[in-house]
Order: sequence, then structure tokens, then C-alpha cells
Amino acid sequence: MLRLVNGAQTVGNGWPFWSSFIAVLAGALVYPMFADSYDVGNFAYFLIWVFMAMGLCLMWGYCGMLSFGQTFFFGVAGYSYGVLAIVLGGGTMTVLALVLAVLLAGLSALVLGYFMIWGRVGGVFFGIVTLSATLVLAFFLGQTAGPEWAIGEARLNGFNGMKGMDPLNIPWFEDETLYFEGASLYYLAIALIVVVYLGLRILLNSRFGNVIVAIREDPQRAELLGYDVRKYQLITFVVGSSLAGLSGVLYTSWGQFITPGSIGLPAAAMPIVWVAFSGRGDITATLVGSFLILFAFQTITVYSQQAALVLMGGMLLATVMIAPQGFVIGIARAIGRLFRGRGTGNATSSHRGS
Amino acid sequence: MLYQFADVFAFLILSAAGLAIVFGMMGVINMAHGEFIMCGAYVTVGLVHAGFPLPLAQLCGTLAAGVIGVIVEMAIVRKFYTRPLDSLLATWGLSLVVTQGMLILVGSSVAGIGTPPGSFAVGDYTFSVYRLVLFAGALAALGFVYLIFMRTKFGVHARATMQNAKMARALGVPVGRVYALSFGIGAGLAGLCGALYAPTMTLIPTMGATFIVESFVTVVVGGSNVLLGTAPAGILLAAVRTSLNAWHGQIIGQIGMLIAVILIIRILPEGISGFLTRKQR
Repeated sequence: MLRLVNGAQTVGNGWPFWSSFIAVLAGALVYPMFADSYDVGNFAYFLIWVFMAMGLCLMWGYCGMLSFGQTFFFGVAGYSYGVLAIVLGGGTMTVLALVLAVLLAGLSALVLGYFMIWGRVGGVFFGIVTLSATLVLAFFLGQTAGPEWAIGEARLNGFNGMKGMDPLNIPWFEDETLYFEGASLYYLAIALIVVVYLGLRILLNSRFGNVIVAIREDPQRAELLGYDVRKYQLITFVVGSSLAGLSGVLYTSWGQFITPGSIGLPAAAMPIVWVAFSGRGDITATLVGSFLILFAFQTITVYSQQAALVLMGGMLLATVMIAPQGFVIGIARAIGRLFRGRGTGNATSSHRGS
Repeated sequence: MLYQFADVFAFLILSAAGLAIVFGMMGVINMAHGEFIMCGAYVTVGLVHAGFPLPLAQLCGTLAAGVIGVIVEMAIVRKFYTRPLDSLLATWGLSLVVTQGMLILVGSSVAGIGTPPGSFAVGDYTFSVYRLVLFAGALAALGFVYLIFMRTKFGVHARATMQNAKMARALGVPVGRVYALSFGIGAGLAGLCGALYAPTMTLIPTMGATFIVESFVTVVVGGSNVLLGTAPAGILLAAVRTSLNAWHGQIIGQIGMLIAVILIIRILPEGISGFLTRKQR
């Protein structure tokens, strides 16, 4: 099964790719020893969002379903984590809250996906139905300010957002508790990213991955070849949306805080911009590109949030007009060609090594 | 109750008509639809502040949105007719740029203009006259669309293009111009929506988002034909929403409407107009 990390559906299969992968991973692991803790916390924050981008890449880039609902599942899981962490009473229960929250996001994706996919809603309608659901959730949570909107001890607090939940934590040596904050959250995020990234590569190069790519290319042909297209689409939608849910849980745990603002507009457009700009056709491009964009935009947002969003919109517009496949993947392919041109055999490196 | 139904119906029709025309003609969902609505509203309010009478300002707001629509079609949307998903993304990018750009340029709010006074009483209840004007505006918009598409030469060209663009082009229909004009009409109707609602709400650059859910769901339920789809969808959704609003308030109404839409697309994937067209055959 491990052989499947390499395959036709993922860019970056040769030794230059994997050696640079190891190099970047090693760099990421030693990074907190050199940087100050503020920067480490910031990096952990960028890494949190990458799951959402990878989920969208799976659904949109590989299966051809353009979901605008990533922040819907982000919000469902983020709020569920908040409520569960408070109701279940913190401590080790936060891990249970994480699992349940991600499952809830997956379950809501199952229900929403059933109606859309079995109703044969495709193309642009898939996008606008998911976006409508997202906006309605944001409106709903925005008006939960009153005290009647509480689950147990957990107040939803409307536009001001929910707060007061414990961050993720597990019992540690000698009766200590390890809170996932700062550096430990950073390591948790790195570990999860490695697991999710390699897992998705295996999934994409497996039979399942080949079928969903066939569905992207031509759903009717895939169906005539005997695959139940709807089932594959639904599974993809649930997996991709659950990844958004994972982002939501980690976000809530990171700041012990979540607001409807991270669900509605313009937040709902952000995953689309990351993935479109990076290159939806490849999971590695999405991973690297999303991280770089988040990193760059954090810097700009400090000066002006509106200017950052204008730039985001401009990037989306530029991407579809100039490079519909995405910029990062375009650069990666160019570098791959360069390697081959120098005669290093089967090298197909991503731009990770550059 | 009837009055509230008319109110919701007007809101749905006015916000969705422009979007439905653009979708029906070109298969493009214009994500910047809300921004055309905002444009209409801002022009209207700006002109009223400059001393214009309200109806004239509203007309100017509608025209301004329409003209900008034609420009946007020629500059951006035109390139994407073969790639509907990319047109969705391009217009969304545009929408982000416009909304946030407006926030930088004009700040978060502009002094509004009051709702035109005047009310009438039926029994114990008083109603605002302006709400009835909105309802009349919705009916007028539908009538206008009917006249343009069924009674003019442009309408014949447009319907021919809608059925088969290549064939229409071969028969000498200026398809490019038809597309540009339809997009302009769609944007103009969005502008009209903004212009009519401008006196009733606070003006913020993100106001387009208030309309966008309603316009999306109406178009999804209605399907690709404005005349056959949007009007019945408006009636159906307004009925659902009004009864739920009366039962448990605005937000339940909105959630209920969304759930109704999700159920409807499970049964009628092509929307009401798709269903009606199939029945005709």
C-alpha cells in the first residue's frame, strides 16, 4: 500500500522530490529551536488552514466538484468543538471533542452531499448551493447573541463569537498536562499534515483516486464503465469537508475563539483563492501554495485587511484569466522540465526544492 | 399575511431577476451580482443627496449598473463562456475587489435616505406604501423582461442564442452583442433592485451579501428560464418563507427556505422551468 504514495495522480514522484520533501520536513521540525515563540505560533496558525485547502483540492481538483462550502464545515466543526469542549468539561475530553466535531462536519457533509449529488446538482449550482448553506449558517450564528442560545454551559454569543473552551490537551508525563499551544500545536499540525498529505497521496493513487479522476474527466463515461459515480462523489465530498472540519477544530483550539466571521463572506472565498492560485490539479502544489499565500498575506493583513482582500480578489481574477491551472503548479512544471532538460532522468520535482 | 407575502415575493424577484437572465442566457452565474445591486443603491443615494428626486435617481442607478455590466461583460465575462466554472471564479474575484475596494474608498457606511413616508390602514394594521411600490416594481420588472424577450427583435435574437448559439450565429445573429446586452440588462435589473431597496436599508459596501442568498436560491429553484422559472420559484419560496417567518421569525424563515431549496433540487434538479419545459414536450 505504501507504494501508492507515488503514482500517476500526483506530481513529484522521483528522488529529487522526496529528498527535498525530507529536507523541508526536517527544516520544519528544527525550526522552533531557532525562531522565537511568537513566530512559531504564527506558523502553527498558517498550518491550521492547510487542511481545508487540501480538502478542497481533493474535491475540486481531483473530482471536479467545486464546493464553496469549506467554511461551512469549518464552522460546524469549530463551533461543535467549542460546545463539546465546554459541555464535556475540558481536559482529555478535548480529544474526544475533536473527534466528535470532525465526525459532525462529516455527517453534515453526508446529508448535504446526499441531496445535491443524488439530485444531480452539478457544475455552477453545486457551488452556489454550498455557498447559500454557508451564508445561512453565518447569518444564523450571527443572531445567536441572546442567552437563550446556549447548549449547556456553552453560549454561542452571536457576532462576538464563542470563547472560553479549553485548547486541545492530553495527559503528559508525571501528571502534567500537555496543552497544544505555540510550539506543541505547531508540532501537532506538522504531524497531522504529514499524515493527511501522505494519506491523500495514497488515496489518490489508489483505485479510488483513479475513479474520481475519471469522474472529473467525464462523469457519464465513468458511469457507463460501471462505477456508481454518486457514491464516489459523496465519499470525496465527505472526506474533503471533514478536512475543513479538522481545520475548524484546530482554529478554535488555537485561539480558544471562533466567530461567524470565519464562516461567511469574505472568509468563504479564501480557500478557493488559495487552491485556485496554487493549482487545484495537484495536492502538493496546493499544500505548498496555500502555505506561501497564507504566509504572505499575514504580512499584508497587518497593514490593511481590506487591501489584502482586494489583492486576494485580484489574484483570483488573474489566475482564471492568465493561468487557469494555477500559478504554483505552472512554476513547478517548469522546474520539472528544467530538471529533465539537464538529463537527471525521471525527475519531476515540485518547486519545493527550489 | 398577504402583504408580507407580497413583500417577500418582491424581494426574491427583484434580487433574482438579473441573475436569472444572465444564467439563462449564458449559463454564467454572476457572483458579482450583489455588487451590481450595491452599485445601483450607491448611485441612487448619491444622486438623492445631490438633490435629484428619488425616482429619477433610481432610474440613474439602474442605468449606471447596466452600463457597468456591459463593460464587465466585454472586459471579463466574455472570455469564459466555454468555461462556466471559471466565470464563477472570475466574477467572485471581481466581487471581492469591488466590495473591499469600496470599503477602502468610501468607508463602512454612507448616510442613508429615509423610506418615503406614507402609509395606509386596513382594519387595525397600517402598511407602508413604499412596500407596495416595491411589489409593483417586481411585477414591472417581470413585465419588462417579458416584453423585451417576447416582443422585440432583440428578444428573438436572444431566445435564438439561448437555444443554440452556434446556429444563431450562423443565421446572422450578432451573438456577441446579444450576450453583452443581456448581461447589461441583468446588471441593470440588479441595479434596479439596489435602487428600489436603497431607501429601506443601511448602505454598506457588503450589502450585496444580504441579497445574494435569496437570489441564488430563487435561481436554483427556478432553473434557466426567467419567465417560466423565476416567477413561480418566487411565489413558492415566498410562500414557504412567509409562513415560517410568521411562525418563528426571520432566521427560521431563511433556514427553512434553504432546506426547502435543498429538498426541491433533490426532486427537480433542473428547477421549475426545466420541469415545465419537459412537461410541454
